[in-house]
Order: sequence, then C-alpha cells, then structure tokens
Amino acid sequence: MRRREQDSDPEEEIGKDIRRILNGENVREGADERAGQSARAQNSRPQMTPPPENARDVREREKARRRAEKELARRRNRERRKRNGPYVFITYAFVALFIVLVIHLIYFQLHMKDDILNSPYNKRQDSAAEYVTRGEITTEDGIVLAKTDTSGDGTESRTYPYGREYCHVIGFTTHGKSGLESKENYLLLTAHNNVFDQIINAFTGKKNPGDTVVTTLNAGLQDAAYHAMGNYQGAIVALDPATGEIKVMVSQPTFDPNTLASDWDSMVADSSNSQLLNRATQGLYAPGSTFKMVTTLAYFDKYRTLDGFHYDCTGEFPVGNITVHCYDGAVHGELDFTGAFAHSCNTSFSQIGLDVGNAALTKAAKKMLFGAKLPSDITASKSRWSLTDASGDADLVQTAFGQGQTLVTPYHMALIVSSIANNGVLMTPHLVKEVTNDAGSPVTETAVEANRKLLNTDEASVLQNLMRAVVTDGTARALSDRSYEAHGKTGSADYVKGDGSVGTHSWFAGYANKDGRSLVVVVLAEDGGAGSTTAVPMAASVFDTYFGG
Amino acid sequence: MNLLTQLSKYIFIFLMLLFALRDYTYLGRHDEDKKLKVLKSQVRLIFIMEILGYAIIFGNTLEVRVLLLLMGILLYNAVTLLCYRSFYPKCSMLLVNNMLMLLGVGFIMIARINFDQAWKQFLIAALGTAVALVIPVIIRKLRILPRLKWLYAVLGIVALMGVLALAAVSGGARLSISIGGISFQLSEIVKITMAFYVGSSLAQDTSLKNIIITTVVAIIHVGILVLSTDLGTALVFFVMYIAVLFVATRKPVYPLAGLGVGALGALLAYHLFAHVRKRVEAWRDPFQVYSTSGYQIAQGLFAIGAGGWFGTGLYLGKPNTIPVATKDFMFAALCEEFGIIFCICLLMVCMSLYILILNISILIRDRFYKLVALGLGTEYAFQVFLTVGGVTKLIPMTGITLPLVSYGGSSVISTICMLAIIEGMYILREDEGEEVVEKKRTRLRSGRRDR
Repeated sequence: MRRREQDSDPEEEIGKDIRRILNGENVREGADERAGQSARAQNSRPQMTPPPENARDVREREKARRRAEKELARRRNRERRKRNGPYVFITYAFVALFIVLVIHLIYFQLHMKDDILNSPYNKRQDSAAEYVTRGEITTEDGIVLAKTDTSGDGTESRTYPYGREYCHVIGFTTHGKSGLESKENYLLLTAHNNVFDQIINAFTGKKNPGDTVVTTLNAGLQDAAYHAMGNYQGAIVALDPATGEIKVMVSQPTFDPNTLASDWDSMVADSSNSQLLNRATQGLYAPGSTFKMVTTLAYFDKYRTLDGFHYDCTGEFPVGNITVHCYDGAVHGELDFTGAFAHSCNTSFSQIGLDVGNAALTKAAKKMLFGAKLPSDITASKSRWSLTDASGDADLVQTAFGQGQTLVTPYHMALIVSSIANNGVLMTPHLVKEVTNDAGSPVTETAVEANRKLLNTDEASVLQNLMRAVVTDGTARALSDRSYEAHGKTGSADYVKGDGSVGTHSWFAGYANKDGRSLVVVVLAEDGGAGSTTAVPMAASVFDTYFGG
Repeated sequence: MNLLTQLSKYIFIFLMLLFALRDYTYLGRHDEDKKLKVLKSQVRLIFIMEILGYAIIFGNTLEVRVLLLLMGILLYNAVTLLCYRSFYPKCSMLLVNNMLMLLGVGFIMIARINFDQAWKQFLIAALGTAVALVIPVIIRKLRILPRLKWLYAVLGIVALMGVLALAAVSGGARLSISIGGISFQLSEIVKITMAFYVGSSLAQDTSLKNIIITTVVAIIHVGILVLSTDLGTALVFFVMYIAVLFVATRKPVYPLAGLGVGALGALLAYHLFAHVRKRVEAWRDPFQVYSTSGYQIAQGLFAIGAGGWFGTGLYLGKPNTIPVATKDFMFAALCEEFGIIFCICLLMVCMSLYILILNISILIRDRFYKLVALGLGTEYAFQVFLTVGGVTKLIPMTGITLPLVSYGGSSVISTICMLAIIEGMYILREDEGEEVVEKKRTRLRSGRRDR
C-alpha cells in the first residue's frame, strides 16, 4: 500500500516535497518552529549547524517529521482522488449496476416467481408428475370435482365425478390444459404433505400427493344452474358481489372430460357447436338491452339526474337509413327514464343515445371495462367496443340499446352487475378459495380484496333503483314475489344465424339480496327469445336455490 | 446418484461462496504471504469445483469422454496458472483465477447441456489462452500502440461492415462467420479495437474538434450494429464510449448529453425498427407474445423460478427446454440447476473481475492505457448487466452472452484477450513503479552527493 502511494504521485510539486522531506529540509524547518528558544538563538548565526542532540529535540524532530509526512500523504491522496475522481465514479456506477442485479434476483425469487411458475405455459412442472400425484379439485364444501386414480400397476387416470356439469370451469389435462386444471397446474403438482412422509416416500419410491385446490364453486347452485339451462346453449355465471367468489359457472353445450381423449378427434372435426369453448368467459354476444345499464350510466354522468327525461314511444324511431323498433312491436307511450328502463323501450334509449352522444357513451363503456382485460383466474375474452369517432348516428343509437357491433361475454356482464350490487366496488373475482395439502391444512388462501372502483355510490344507487323497477313493474316481474329482493335487467339480442335467419339471445343480468347476503346471476340462453321468457326463469331457479325460494 | 446430486448442489454453492469471498478478502490483504495463501485456496476451489462437476456429469452419462475432457480442463488450468506465474511474475494472479473460475463454471454447465459444445469451448479457450500469452509482452514492448488510432478505427469499421453484409445476406439471422466449424462473431474483435480507438484518440487530445471526430466514429460503430440487429453489442459500445468520454474530459456535460442523445436514439430505433419493438414487447409481457418472441424469455423465467434459492441440482432441471441455453440464456440455465445463491456469488466474481480491471485503470499512469482499461472494463461490466438483466426480465433481452461462461468461440477468445491486455497493463504498471522508485533513488543519491 505504501509503495503504491509512492508510485502514483507524478506531480512534480509533490515529488519535490517528498525529496525535501527525505533530505530532511522540511523536517528541520518544522522542528525549528517548535524547538524553542535555543534553536531561535542559533538562527542568528550565519552558518547553520545541526541542533543539539538532546533527547527532547530528537523526539520533537520525529514528531514533526511524522506530522509533515502525514500532511504530505493527505495532499497526495487528495491529488490522486481529484485525478481519479471520474474513474472512481464510473467504478461505483457499475458496481451499483451489479448490486441492482443482485437485488432484482432476490426480488424475483421472493415476489415474481410464483406468478411466473403458475403460468399455464410452464411445462416444466409437468416433470414433477414423476414424483407427485396430481392433486384434487373440490367445490367450496369439499365435494371432489377432479381426482387422480392410481390403479394397481401404477398407471394414473384423471377422473371427473361430475363430468359434464363442471367441464369448462375445471377444464382438462389431455390435449393441452384448460380451465382450473391449467391455471392451478403448478400447485396441483406441488406436494406440501408431511415432511416425514416425504422422506419415507423418497426412500420407498412412492409418490407424494399433490395439493388440493378448493374452489369457490357451490355444488348445489352449480347443479341448479346446470339443470335450469336444460337443452339451451349458453352460459350462467353467479358470484357473490361482496367477496368476488364465483359460485356458478355453467357453459352449454358440454363435453365429457372423462372420455375426452377418445372423443377429441370427432369433437374437433365437428365445428358446429364448439363444445370446448367456455361460453361464460369466452363467448362474445350482442348485449341486447342489458347494455342499457351502460347507456344509463353515460346519461347520468352527463346530466347528473334522470328526472328531466320524458319520451313518447310510438314503437319506432327513424335514424339515418334505419328505423328502430321496440321488441316484439310494442308501443310504450309516455315514459319517464325509469319506465323506459323497466320496460326496456328501444325507442326511448335511441333518443337517450342521441342525447348522450358518441364520446360520453364510449367513455362510460370504457369505464365499465369494455375492450379491457378483465380480472380472471381462467382465460377470459375482452369485450368488444366498436364505436369510433367515425361512427354515425345509426351506429350510435343501435349501440345505445345494445345491438350494433358491440359484443360482451356473460362473465363481463356479471362483473358489471357485481360492481353495481356492491355500491360501485368490483371485488376481485376468483374461482380458487384456497389451496390445501392432502391433509387439508391451508397452503395458500385467496385474499378477498377490492379490484377497483368502477362506479361512485350515486351511480351505483341510480342503477340499483332502476334494476329494482325492472323487477317490480318491468320485464322481470317473474322475480317480484320472492323472499329475496331481486334487481336486474333483461335483454333480447337479435343476431343473424348461420343460415341467414334472425334469432334472439335471451339475457338476464341481475342480483338479489336477502338477510345481508347477495348473489349476482347472469344468464345467457342462445336463441332463447325474449329475456323475460327464457333467461329470467333460469335466473329465478338459481336465486331460489341460493336464498331458499 | 440422485442423493449425491442433491448433496453436491450445496457443495457447489459453498465452493462458489468461498471463492467469491476470497476475491474480496484478497483486496483487503497487504501481506504478500497472506495474499499467496488466498490465491492458492482459490486455485484449490477451482479444481474441486471442476472435479465435482464432471464427476456428476460422468455419473449421469457414464461416458469416458467426460473424464477425458476433465483431464484436459485440469491440465489447462494447471498450465495456464504455471505459464502466467513463471512468465509474468508481476501479473495479477487474482485476475487469472477469476478467469479460470468463470470458464470452469461454463465448462460444467455447457457439458451438461451439450457435450460437443463443451469440447469446442475447451479447445477454443485453450487456444485463446495460448495466443493471449504473448499479449502482455506486446503491451509492454510495443510503445507505438497509443498512436495507432486510425488503424483501430479502420479495423473496427471494416469488421463491422462485414457483420452488416452478413446480416443483410441472412436477413438479420446470422451475425457471425464460420471458420472451420467454429463460428466467429466479428463484433467481438471490435469490442477491443473500439476501446483502443477511443482510448488513443481521447488520450491525445480532448479538444472539441477531436471529440466531435471521435464521436462520429463511435456513432458509425454503434449505428452499423443497430442496423445489423446486434442491439446488445451496440448498447455496450455506446455505454463504453460515454464512460470513456466522461473520464477523459472530466466534464459531466458530455455524458449527460450523450445519454440524452442515446435516449432519443433508442426511442427512434424503437419506432423505426420492428426488431427493436419486438424485444420491448417480449420484455413487457412475454406471455402475451408467448408463441413468438416471448417464448425464450418465458422459458428462461420458468427455469430461474424452478431453480429457486438452491437450484434443482445438476441434471435435475430442464435447461434443455430453454432455446440457446448455452449462449444468451446461460444465466437462466445456471439459475435453474445451481440456484440463485450460487448465481449471486457468480455475479460477485464478475464484479471482482470488473473491479480488478478498473483498479489498473486507476493505478496506471499512462493516459492511453488508463482509458483503454476503463473502456474494456466498462464493456465487460455492462455486458454482464445486459445479459443477466435481460434473462431475469429486468430490462429487455438484447441477445448477448455472459462473457467466459457462455458458449461462444469469439466471445471467449475476445474476453481472454481482453484480460491478457489487462495483465499487460498490470506488468506495465509494475515497470512504471520501478521507474519511479529508480528515479527517486538516483535523485536522492545525487542530492546527497552534492552536499
């Protein structure tokens, strides 16, 4: 270290200093100052003679010499630091980059890892199947929906006791993975069983049991919804707006997950009814009159009240080169906003659409997550919003009452209703309640948390009142005489069938409260006709099962 | 075997941790004896690591050629250490140790993923080290080196034009030429020539005129690389130039302006070139573009996640599922089977290598060598940052290798040469030191005689 200092002092000045020090000049000067009177007296002599060699002087001289050396070293250091400042700066800057990398690695390990490993694309975990028996999937109350059976010779087969009823939401593991089998693949193939058992299994070559995924699905409710759908194609979604727990997810037509491996080829070849598609989260449909909830929101946001609205429905509304008709040729006559909403008057909402305008309607739709990625445990499509700056009045009006090019999934509709029912706050929707080990001790629990606030309380309450009016004296009167207080909006969405004729999708989107409990139900029955005739009774049967009639 | 592998992964971590610690305790030791002890213990760690690694590879493959390669590697380590110690007693043996350790980790991981590549890597490293042994002499004796700036510039640009031509012919897919079955990336040589060019130019003259000329030449280098889709190397050159410019002029305004221009350039490149946009997309959400550009990054992330703190153990992970696992994604493969802790220690070894390079840059007197060492060191450190940051999704992936550890003929040779140049400077500095001491002594003596 010492040599290094000497080596790296190129400055001539400092070099001179050092030489002086080493020659003893500087030392003598320093010593003279402090050597006392005797030394000063000697100064008067013309020729310099060495100071007297007593012990005190020697000590003083040594001290001064050391002090001077220190001072020089300090000066040298300062010089060097000044000269090398930028080098040192660069060194520290890049050392900082290394530290950032290390911190990021640790952060990755602590916070990013699980999400990444959980990705359905992660095939790596499948190799764990050599050591782990895939875990079970159950309903919230422990009814097994998927399990792995091991036969005597060790071959495993995945079986689904309820087969078709839960086929889309649970998914499959043959031909790739889907549904919860895909989403929870990582944990299903991770064993958190007793450590001693694990060690014993390691020695005996037995597999460890994978973790159990406990879903939020409610067996009784799913069963009711599944049977209520009957032979209709479509979907039913039900969830608890206060927690975001998804209680029901039915999609028809179904497939049998137990025989999927052998059915696969014929099923893929037959493209007519796409059984593999989960219509609840991936089926895109015209929203029909259920969209009037969004149009109402746009109107309320623009005028801050619904009171001033009156419209005389004559059953038709000409706009551009089309004429809007009310459903089934109805003529509603004089209506206020509540009446227009409750009776689902298309001509009134055409006028409302024109009043609101393209920009405000688009704003409200974006606010309700149209075109946005939805929070979801399993694959969910984005709803499609089609109004642009170039759209004319005809497009605007049709969109306002739910026809036009806008498309929505039943799941998305359930999230919209959920936020209305929960006073504007959308709770994070989830399908997995918790993950436990084979003995039932929890491994991870899904937190109940707010996802985002879609509406303020005024907006939510306006929509709540309107949706109540639909039940008390509108298109969903069938729900009015129940023990629970139902709210909702029906929809009848026209669409063009494959053969060119026009069909009507039957919608119901609503919720009900009883004794502090509430449930959101969204029904879509393909080609089911008017919402009030097909979808409302289906919803009623789900509500009845949940609240007890 | 399984149990042995499980056990070995903890031993690997322990060995690496010890090695990395020795790197830093060495810097704190002043006693030559103690320094020697640290060095010797590091050499032992390198040999144990290599033997253990290859024992596990042999246990899993039961192929005799594994043992042959191990012999070769051990011999190579011994000869390299011996040569440097006897030919260049004044060189930094710590630098040699670090180089051998990084190469050694690479030898194990590459052999585990693709044994043929490990052979090639070994041969190239041995060849490269042999050739590089003369470099310190050249640095020491060839005093003309600081004045050859135009030679460096011309060499660099010609080599890069070659890269561009290749990229144009192969549609950006191929950036290397193949010599005798070993692909050679021309941009690797340019890493050295450009550092020399910038160093010699700015060491002589930091007038505004010369700065402008040097900047133009640097921009040509970077521009050609961006056009030939080698974004990683382009960034490395850019950052190196900014660092050297700052140190040479001591004016923060230059690097700040440089960073501003760089940010603008990056924005422009993002909008102009689809290949830049693709990288950024894949970085933001690799799963969104999983089927195309996100695939590699996603596989890399799965690997790192699967490894966890302690790794899966050699042969118990699936690094083969990562595309180009032995090159750009080497760090992910290491994370999977050796674990994050091991990899953090590895990063610490890389950092100590960087500190050793910057150390000589600070100590040496000659301005040209000061700047060259800084340039080479910056290139090395930033390359490590880009590849590790890219693989771990801290920054967009730029398609660049982990020097010495990753498989890649040209990268290994150029890094070994770069370290040899640094060794040359360590020797040069010792000479400088002796000159100073010598001068002082003569002056002292003459001073005394005068009296």
